[in-house]
Amino acid sequence: MLANLINGISLGSVYAIIALGYTMVYGIAKMLNFAHGDVIMVGGYVAFCSISYLGWPPALAVLASVFVCTILGIVIEGLAYKPLRNATSLAVLITAIGVSYFLQNAALLIWTSNTKVFPNVFANLPAIQLGGTQIAPVTIITVLANIIIMVALTLFTSKTKMGKAMRAVSEDKGAATLMGINVNRTISMTFAIGSGLAAIAGVLLCSAYPTLMPTTGAMPGIKAFTAAVFGGIGSIPGAMLGGVLLGVIEIFGKAYVSTQLSDAIVFAVLIIVLLVKPTGLLGRKIREKV
Amino acid sequence: MKKRIVTMVLAATMGMGLMAGCTDATADVPATSGSTDAGTTDAGSTDAGSTDAGTTDAGTTDAGTTDADADTQASAGGKLTGTLNLGMIGPLTGGAAIYGNAVKNGEQIAVDEINAISPDFQIQYNPQDDEHDAEKSVNAYNNLKDWNVQVIAGTVTTTPCVAVSAEANADRVFMLTPSASSPDVINGKDNMFQVCFTDPNQGLASAQYIVDNSMATKVAIIYNNSDAYSTGIYQTFNSKAGELGLEIVSTTTFTDDTANDFSVQLGEAQSAGADLIFLPIYYQPASLILQQANNMGYDPKFFGVDGMDGILTMEGFDTTLAEGVILLTPFSADATDDLTKNFVSKYNAGYGETPNQFAADGYDCPYAIYKALEYYADKNGDLDVTGKSAEEICTILISVFTDPNFSYDGVTGSNMVWTANGEVNKAPKAVVIKDGVYVGL
Repeated sequence: MLANLINGISLGSVYAIIALGYTMVYGIAKMLNFAHGDVIMVGGYVAFCSISYLGWPPALAVLASVFVCTILGIVIEGLAYKPLRNATSLAVLITAIGVSYFLQNAALLIWTSNTKVFPNVFANLPAIQLGGTQIAPVTIITVLANIIIMVALTLFTSKTKMGKAMRAVSEDKGAATLMGINVNRTISMTFAIGSGLAAIAGVLLCSAYPTLMPTTGAMPGIKAFTAAVFGGIGSIPGAMLGGVLLGVIEIFGKAYVSTQLSDAIVFAVLIIVLLVKPTGLLGRKIREKV
Repeated sequence: MKKRIVTMVLAATMGMGLMAGCTDATADVPATSGSTDAGTTDAGSTDAGSTDAGTTDAGTTDAGTTDADADTQASAGGKLTGTLNLGMIGPLTGGAAIYGNAVKNGEQIAVDEINAISPDFQIQYNPQDDEHDAEKSVNAYNNLKDWNVQVIAGTVTTTPCVAVSAEANADRVFMLTPSASSPDVINGKDNMFQVCFTDPNQGLASAQYIVDNSMATKVAIIYNNSDAYSTGIYQTFNSKAGELGLEIVSTTTFTDDTANDFSVQLGEAQSAGADLIFLPIYYQPASLILQQANNMGYDPKFFGVDGMDGILTMEGFDTTLAEGVILLTPFSADATDDLTKNFVSKYNAGYGETPNQFAADGYDCPYAIYKALEYYADKNGDLDVTGKSAEEICTILISVFTDPNFSYDGVTGSNMVWTANGEVNKAPKAVVIKDGVYVGL
C-alpha cells in the first residue's frame, strides 16, 4: 500500500512537471502546444549529449538543456504560431501537431532511432528508506522541483510586471494591446518559459525512466495533458495536483484492479471528474461573453 | 493474354530443349561421377576393379541406363551433381532493404562456400528485388520462372511471402523462407518451409528450455498486451507451461502507452515469490524492467526471447544490470562455435559489418537445400539436378524435408527438422549475458 503510494507519487510527479508547462502555455496563449512533449525529448537529448559526449557535470548539462529549449521554444513560436495569431484555434492546433512530428523526425535524423540510456545523474544521492520501501532520490528531487516551480510561477504571474502582462493577454488580447502591452513579446516570453520548464521536465523524466528515443516525449506529453485537464487547465496548482493524482490512480489501478485496465481506469476517472466539474478540479469558471 | 501464351509456348520449347539436352547431360554426368568415384575408391582402395578407371567408367554409364541398378547402388550412397538454379526474392531497396540485403549477403556466402566444396554440384544464384511489396514480389517470382528457377530461398518478408508462396504452391516450386515468420506463410502450402521459428514457437521453446534445464519453480511473466508479437509468445508459453507443469505465479501486462513504470508488475512478481521472470518483449522496456528491479533490490533470473537481442548495444546502458540475463535467440554473432565464427568473419570481411539474425537465417537456407539434396542422393542414388524441372525438385525436397530422419545443423540452430506443415523445429540457442557479452549455454 505504502509502496504503491510512493510509486504513484513518483510517476505522478513526472506527469505534474510536464503538465506545468502545458498549463502555463494554455493559460496565457490559450493554445494547446502539442509539441510540448517533443520539446521535453529535445531537452533530454541535449542533456544526454552534454553529459555523455562532452563530459559536462549534470548541473551544467541541465543549464545547457534549458538554454537550448528556451531558444527552441521562441523559434517554434515565431515561425509556426505567430503567423497564425489571428487564425482559428483549430489551425493552430493542427500546426502544433505538425511541429510535434517535425521535432520527432528531426530527432530521428540527428540521433537515429537507436535507444539511448540516460546516465544516472543522481547516482551519488542516497535513497531514503521509509517503512521498508525505498524512495529513489529522483522522486524527491522531482517533487521538490514541482513545488519550487509551482510557487515561482504563481509569484511570477501575480507579482511581476511581465507576469501581470501575461494575465492581461490571457484575458483579452485586444484590451491588453490598448493598454500598451506588447502581445507578441508576451506570448514569446510565455513560450520561452514553458520550453525552459520542458527542458527541466525532460531531464527529470529521463532520470526517472532512463530510455531516450525520438518518441520519448510523446506519450508522457499526452498523459501530462490529461493531468492538466484533470486538475483544471490553466491553473498552475491544478496541474501539479492533477499530475500526482493521475500517477497515483494509474498505479493503484494496476495494483488492485488489473494491469490490463490501468489506462481505462485513469480515463474513466477523468471522464467522471469532467462530468461533475467540467473545468477540472481547480479550474476557474470563466464566463464566456457572447 | 496472347503475349502470355506466346511466352509460355516459348518457355515450353526452351524447357523441352533443355530436357533434350539434359539426356545428353545425364549420360555425361554419371560418367564424370563414375570417374570421381573411381578416384575416391582408389584412395580408399576398397574396390579391386577400380584401378581400371576406364572399365569402371564404362560400367557406370551402362548401369546408368537401367534405373534398378542405379537404385541398388544408391543404398551405398549416390552422388549429387549438376547445377541448381536457386532464386531469392527480398527487399533489396526501399524501407526494408536492411533485411533483404542481409539475407542476400548471407545466402551469397553460403552459395560460394557450397560451390567451393562440391566441384560437381554448383549453385547459380539469382536474387531479385521486391521492395517489400506483394505485387512486385510476384513479378520478381515470374522473372525467376523465366530464368528457369528450380528452388527459391525466399522470400524475406512476410506479406510478399504469403503472395508468392500461393503462386509457387500452384506451380509446384519449392520455397524455403529464411525469415518470414508468420504462420500464414506456411499454412496450407506443402511446398513452403521456414528456417526461422514462427513467433508463437518461441514461447513453446522457452517453456521447454526452462523446464528441461530446471531453471525455475515459480515463474512470473510480464508482457506487452498491445503487441501481437509479445502476446503471441505469451499465449504459447502459457499453454506449454501448463502442459509441462511449470508454475506461473504472476502474469502482468503493460502497453506501449504504459511502458515506463513497472513497479507494480515487479512488486507483484516479488511478493508472489517468482524466481524467474519471463519477458517476451523488446529490449527497450526490458532495460527499464532490469533497472527498476535493481532499484527495488529484487534479483530474480530474467529470461527473454529474440526481442531482447540488442539490449547490450543500447548506448549508455549499464551492462552490469543485464548480468545473468538469459535469452533465447536463433543466432548470436558473439557465439564461439566454429560455424558461427567462420560465418561472422566471412561476413565481416565481405560486407564490413557484423551479420544480424536475417543474414544468419539467409546463410542457412542454401545449406539446408544443399544438404537435403545430398541426403536424397545418398538415399536414392545419384541425383543430377541439371535440367530437372522445378516440380521434380519440389517433390524431392518435400520428401526430404518431411523425412523425420533428415536434420540440419546451422548457424541459427542445431538439429533442425521440419514438420509436414513447414514449421521448423530446432534446438533453440540460449545465451547468458556475462560481463557484458553473450556467452553460449
